[in-house]
Amino acid sequence: MHTKSVAELATDLGSKKISSVELTQHFLKRIQQHDNDLNSFITVCEERALADAKAADEMRQQGKAGPLTGIPMAQKDIFCTKGIKTTCASKILSNFVAPYDATVVERCQQAGLVMLGKTNMDEFAMGSTNENSYYGAVKNPWDQTCVTGGSSGGSAAAVAAGLTPLATGTDTGGSIRQPSALCNLTGIKPTYGRVSRYGMIAYASSLDQGGPMGRSAHDIALLLQTMAGFDPKDSTSIEREVPDYPATLEAKLDGLRIGLPKEYFATGLDANVANVIDQCAKNLEKLGAKLLEIALPTTASHVPTYYVIAPAEASSNLSRYDGARYGMRCEDPKNLEDMYKRSRGEGFGAEVKRRIMVGTYALSAGYYDAYYLKAQKIRRLICDDFNNAFKEVDVILGPTYPTTAFKIGEKLQDPVSLYLADIYTIAVNLAGLPALSMPAGFNKGLPIGAQLIGNYFTEAQLLNVAHQYQQATDWHHKLAEGY
Amino acid sequence: MSISESDVLNIAHLARLEIETTDIPKYAQDLSSILELVEQMQTQNTDQIVPMAHPLNATQRLREDNVTEPNQRDLAMAIAPAAEAGLYLVPKVIEEQDA
Repeated sequence: MHTKSVAELATDLGSKKISSVELTQHFLKRIQQHDNDLNSFITVCEERALADAKAADEMRQQGKAGPLTGIPMAQKDIFCTKGIKTTCASKILSNFVAPYDATVVERCQQAGLVMLGKTNMDEFAMGSTNENSYYGAVKNPWDQTCVTGGSSGGSAAAVAAGLTPLATGTDTGGSIRQPSALCNLTGIKPTYGRVSRYGMIAYASSLDQGGPMGRSAHDIALLLQTMAGFDPKDSTSIEREVPDYPATLEAKLDGLRIGLPKEYFATGLDANVANVIDQCAKNLEKLGAKLLEIALPTTASHVPTYYVIAPAEASSNLSRYDGARYGMRCEDPKNLEDMYKRSRGEGFGAEVKRRIMVGTYALSAGYYDAYYLKAQKIRRLICDDFNNAFKEVDVILGPTYPTTAFKIGEKLQDPVSLYLADIYTIAVNLAGLPALSMPAGFNKGLPIGAQLIGNYFTEAQLLNVAHQYQQATDWHHKLAEGY
Repeated sequence: MSISESDVLNIAHLARLEIETTDIPKYAQDLSSILELVEQMQTQNTDQIVPMAHPLNATQRLREDNVTEPNQRDLAMAIAPAAEAGLYLVPKVIEEQDA
């Protein structure tokens, strides 16, 4: 059952071949079997899942079932869930039970999706290895000695190992796409404002965006349909109709103009990854697309700009964790300042502290113009780069990540080398664009992802291109051994 | 840009973060290399460029000034580390005067 697509599972549920309760029990059992090794879940909510499943079966009985009613899924532990712990993989929120549901969680529940649990992640979504979790690193099902990528590493491992058919992720600089690439999944970061951020714990508010992760473009199109849409509770949510994503998956790619940014194939890209992306481009050409070389001249500034804006916004957002109103408070605070400093010092991990300090420095008196303002100016130039590119092409193709998954612990001591590897994913967040990562091949048994970047609100097109590619290839069908 | 150990202490204070004395050299080194990376922004010419606030130039949405939320004070305060009678309890803020 865990190797079937979401559409196949939906058909089985629809024909009463299986009930949601049975399906849910199957996945709960798989979590029990495999997650001691993988560590992909922070919380498994068995009782809630079975109650959701029972409700879904009743919805179906009453003829009220939608396309995803009864399908199990996992929520990244950054989405607030009423009555169920939401930790953001941080010690400071290790006892936090939100008094409300995130809009994404609410929408999933209304659609009749079954919540299996909350997945592991880099603390406050800061990281690209999932090693920065208070709950420990997540292991990559393709090689348990390797990282899953991050920050949505728990979601990636859980789907890749068949512990859940679908999961949510969030993407501030690549956190959906990069773990999808490293674990052989399809994941999409929608246009900024497409999916509500209400109840999604903030890291860098002008960059954060939630999205679905699954095995195929078809699977995630179904979940995005549920997640996307205007939400008055999120002041940056965009009031714009959501297209029918599954409806356009079958469109042919004849005449589609695909841009290959020359900067994305320059020094720093692993030769094996480069070969796989070249092959992917050739396959798309065979499907009718036209390949064109394009330029994104600001590429060298993307990483430096991101590592000012994201930490600056993080330092401001994370000032709310003060030990006073919710979350962890240190033992026996001597005075108010001691309470703030020790609650935060003991509650945050090393990477979170590093980013808070970088952001604090960048925003401190005398440095604002040189850092934050400069970065916001470059951000406009980055948008201009993409706007110019989209005059010539319909979508942009490139690698998602410069390498395949590396060993757990290998890069722990060198944060800058990890930051530099975000090179292909972060401009998309700075410009607010949608982008998707899809399985495109392997090197030494480890998956490689290809990234498609689209113009604003072209999620349907990205899903269409990925789906057509997946009709012609079988990389996304390959499963990690032992699961 | 090189960050000294006393800079680290100053930044940590501004951010209200306690850090272990033994970790200070590592933070100084890490922050220095991150800022060195960030410094590369300066090679990008941004004369006459208007800073970007939102990729789609969206502005803050306004709504009617109606009450939409019920009072959920008790629910919100139920998860506080220490609360009493609708107040969050924290260590004493005002020092006692010497007699």
